[in-house]
Amino acid sequence: MAESTEVERPLSPHLQIYRPQMTSISSILTRITGNALIVAAALIIWWLLAAATSESYFATADAVLTSWFGDLVLTLSLWAVWYHYLAGLRHLYFDAGKGLEIETAERLGWACVIGSVVLTVITLLLV
Amino acid sequence: MVQFTLPKNSKITTGKTWPKPEGASNARKFQIYRWNPDDGQNPRVDTYFVDLDDCGPMVLDALIYIKNKIDPTLTFRRSCREGICGSCAMNIDGINTLACIYGMDEIKGDVKIYPLPHMPVVKDLLPDLTHFYAQHESIMPWLETKTNRPAKEWKQSIEDREKLDGLYECVMCACCSTSCPSYWWNGDKYLGPAALLHAYRWIIDSRDEATGERLDDLEDPFKLYRCHTIMNCTKTCPKGLNPAKAIAEIKKMMVDRHV
Repeated sequence: MAESTEVERPLSPHLQIYRPQMTSISSILTRITGNALIVAAALIIWWLLAAATSESYFATADAVLTSWFGDLVLTLSLWAVWYHYLAGLRHLYFDAGKGLEIETAERLGWACVIGSVVLTVITLLLV
Repeated sequence: MVQFTLPKNSKITTGKTWPKPEGASNARKFQIYRWNPDDGQNPRVDTYFVDLDDCGPMVLDALIYIKNKIDPTLTFRRSCREGICGSCAMNIDGINTLACIYGMDEIKGDVKIYPLPHMPVVKDLLPDLTHFYAQHESIMPWLETKTNRPAKEWKQSIEDREKLDGLYECVMCACCSTSCPSYWWNGDKYLGPAALLHAYRWIIDSRDEATGERLDDLEDPFKLYRCHTIMNCTKTCPKGLNPAKAIAEIKKMMVDRHV
């Protein structure tokens, strides 16, 4: 080998250029909903703690959680619960070595997305 | 480690627009990633126009057209031009595939071409595959035997041979591994779909006698279990193989030998 100089190589683009598709979107949604639900759970614990603390503190917490913004956050959390639950079932099925043909996997992905919205609406109507 | 943005030296700038070929009535626009290790500049995207009336139907034909007729400095790998060597793997229109078997008619709008994602770039469309090959080597891609060598060949029943279908066809083009977000973030320790598909190919080979050792080696939080069944690998494989399924089978064997 002749003389070689150290060249700092660039990293080729990845997220910036890769086409979004059911495989990757369903996966990242599982992560996002899972993490968001930790926050939602903390919010509900805060609500319960406020109720156990004092009447005035509960009034404050309750006002926040039943405001339009609180409703929005809890509705999205409800969707997140359903999505995360269905995605979990999908992965359980995958882990059994089933449903791993790309057509089936994509169909199951759509089932999670559509199913979670439908179940959210049903839950809202029932509660 | 997860880093969503590109490092400073990897940010892409707008490059040069090369003139349209003279008299081309049926020109198609190509946007191609360029990086020259010798000029100290950041990567850029150059624009070219290919005369479709003077060019074959595949993306590789267009790249060869550009190299021959417009810009001889454009650098890419290619060899067999029929999807069997795996050299011309690159990111075309947002997915990883082989340029030689991907038709331009499958793409809507301008044709955007980048090197395989999240890899160190050697030049233009050449990713550095050193680490990828080292990972392949680490799974012992050969028949490992302990019994005495038979007088003739190691025999295999027709049924056992069929278990290798859908695995032996892999050409190691690296499309799958470099489509995998988990490989992007943990490619230093996670073996990635290509190496794992090959691992499974030897694990289920009826003639191989090192199944236990092979599974021992993969029993690792990173090597195998960074696969989260995203399935970008199977979605993108230009040979229509299913690395996700092969990985799932390895995981099942891991469970089986513990219960």
